[in-house]
Amino acid sequence: MRVALFIPCYVNQFYPQVAIATLQLLEKLGVTVQYPVNQTCCGQPMANSGFEHLAQGCNTLFIKNFSGFDYIVCPSGSCTLHIKDHLHDEHQEGKAQEIRTRVYELTEFLTDVLHVTKLDAKFPYRVGMHQSCHGQRGLHLSQMTELVEKPFSKPLQLLQMVEGVELVELDRKDECCGFGGTFCVAEEAVSVKMGKDRVADHIKQGAEYITAADMSCLMHLEGILKRQKSSVQVKHIAEILNGEGV
Amino acid sequence: MKDHAQLSETFNEDEPRVNWHDETLWFVRQKRDKAAHGIPEWEQLRETASQIKNNVLSNLSEYLVQFEEQAKQNGITVHWAADAAEHNKIVYGILQQNGVQQMVKSKSMLTEECHLNEYLKEQGIDVTDTDLGERIVQLAEEPPSHIVLPCIHWKKEEIGVLFHKHLGTPEGNADPQLLTHAARLNLREFFLTRRVALTGVNFAIAETGEFVVCTNEGNADMGAHLADVHIACMGMEKIIPERKHLGVFLRLLARSATGQPVTTYSSHFKKPARNQEIHIVIVDNGRSKQLGRADFRNSLKCIRCAACFNTCPVYRRSGGHSYHTAIAGPIGSILAPNLDMKQYADLPFASTLCGSCSNVCPVKIDIHEQLYKWRQVLVQEGYAPAAKTAAMKGMGFTLSNPGAFNVAGKAGRWVVKNVPFLVNNRFNAWYKQRDMPEAPKESFTEWYKKNKAE
Ligand code: SF4
Repeated sequence: MRVALFIPCYVNQFYPQVAIATLQLLEKLGVTVQYPVNQTCCGQPMANSGFEHLAQGCNTLFIKNFSGFDYIVCPSGSCTLHIKDHLHDEHQEGKAQEIRTRVYELTEFLTDVLHVTKLDAKFPYRVGMHQSCHGQRGLHLSQMTELVEKPFSKPLQLLQMVEGVELVELDRKDECCGFGGTFCVAEEAVSVKMGKDRVADHIKQGAEYITAADMSCLMHLEGILKRQKSSVQVKHIAEILNGEGV
Repeated sequence: MKDHAQLSETFNEDEPRVNWHDETLWFVRQKRDKAAHGIPEWEQLRETASQIKNNVLSNLSEYLVQFEEQAKQNGITVHWAADAAEHNKIVYGILQQNGVQQMVKSKSMLTEECHLNEYLKEQGIDVTDTDLGERIVQLAEEPPSHIVLPCIHWKKEEIGVLFHKHLGTPEGNADPQLLTHAARLNLREFFLTRRVALTGVNFAIAETGEFVVCTNEGNADMGAHLADVHIACMGMEKIIPERKHLGVFLRLLARSATGQPVTTYSSHFKKPARNQEIHIVIVDNGRSKQLGRADFRNSLKCIRCAACFNTCPVYRRSGGHSYHTAIAGPIGSILAPNLDMKQYADLPFASTLCGSCSNVCPVKIDIHEQLYKWRQVLVQEGYAPAAKTAAMKGMGFTLSNPGAFNVAGKAGRWVVKNVPFLVNNRFNAWYKQRDMPEAPKESFTEWYKKNKAE
């Protein structure tokens, strides 16, 4: 099984520990992982701003970096969804399509491909799970509260394998945090208000950590927590599953 | 003119009010959830409604002609309006024919879309909105902020003040029962004296030529039954093929809108009573154009339940007026650019693309995907600010060149300055109320090259 690691640009540059945790976790589970070092970004920031047509160079580079692997694994639901939905290249559409079907978000790769049933990890804290929208509503990592369907959650299923984790129940289980890519600055007032409200829900339930399968949401929530001088911290789910105590 | 971001920034200056607005609408969303979860076949019902509407959109011209024929046979007069101006003129013409200067009106977002009230006022016609919420915003000289709950942005104390001023209720009294009673007494006179009543249409049935109006207050019926002339205005997408399809939509509509199993009144109008007239005005106003846009046509499936408003975390925290268009919320943001791309270029960006709207929509419109697609169209058509376009071009270059991306020997030099989602020079907007993560010693790529690469 040839597995490539796809790391979002801002994780690469701001949160290397999340990428390291992802890599170590996969290796612990017996996967040989390659990291194409020439990767940059999936192009989502441009596309979501309406500039999909300028992302062609980015797409071509992505295909160059990630062709020929059996799986491409990424610790971000949002970037995974972007590739799945929007990676195209008129000169090599076959390769683009192959990548679109082989890209997996980390937690779904663990539950659906590796069929992980136990983890050697401990995290004795009260944890609030933020359901990032693109992972949840886009990739169906968890059931959505709007639908009349059976509940399930791949990230929660994994967190429950971690010793000591005490999951808190939120008032609003899957409301958006307000990050939204360029939305976070273009619509600053509403974005921040949404983030403050999400943070308040976690704090109200006594969470010590907020986790998610997307670092972008957490970066936004962390920005608000820090500004409020809160003691509540954020942690990407890969770090918890990799068994890094704090 | 101010855009959505600026208008909602103003709305957010009063945080307790934003909290109240958000919680009020979230409560409606919760009621919707409860009602939907009470129906095990809910998702199947949505799928059925969606397919019926798809069929309608694919055969719209035939169904409209069939509806017109049936309605005429029933003794109803049918008018066709290509746009808002024509719609307004037709309504005015009917009033003139009847020598009438006053009318009552209820439950019609279409007339809001067409700005009928303003137009008729200019012609010297006196229009009284009879739906309680619409009456409140009319007295306040404001447009509705929500398509089902027009005055949801008003607190009851504020309504008390408004009614004291206009209806003479006791000062400082905000008892909802008292206020409703006062409105009712006041409206009674209008009902009894107005000879023309205008209503909206929820469903027009091609098979029978009848139309259905759904309300909770019964005011539409009161107006229509007491008047000599009933004018019903409908967007041309309101058609459903057969009467038997109505059950699907009635089950979905009220549950999605307010969490009620069904609206209190679902009134069928088929033929005029003796000595009365019924007129139907069928309005296009951009709908054919939207029907011609492959990516956006299915926005015409909308049954105006407002579930997408109530669930939208952005709508709840920006208020309906921030959308500066008659139909606010997520659906409004995909309908408005069809009418005027320049004026409404901001609306498809007033979303995080979280997708909750598409999940609650009873007719399964892919609202958030259309928001994404509108962004592409608006940029391609040249409605993006020049600075943003330049920044995006720079980003496009850097992100397709690993050399340029990694030029910094140290971590984060490029990204810290140009985090892709911050576009450029918008750092202040991030920092205003949030901290930025500190750049680490080394990027993951650097770490990997040092520790892993052979
Ligand atoms: S788009 Fe869907 S959810 Fe929104 S108002 Fe229309 S029918 Fe209701």
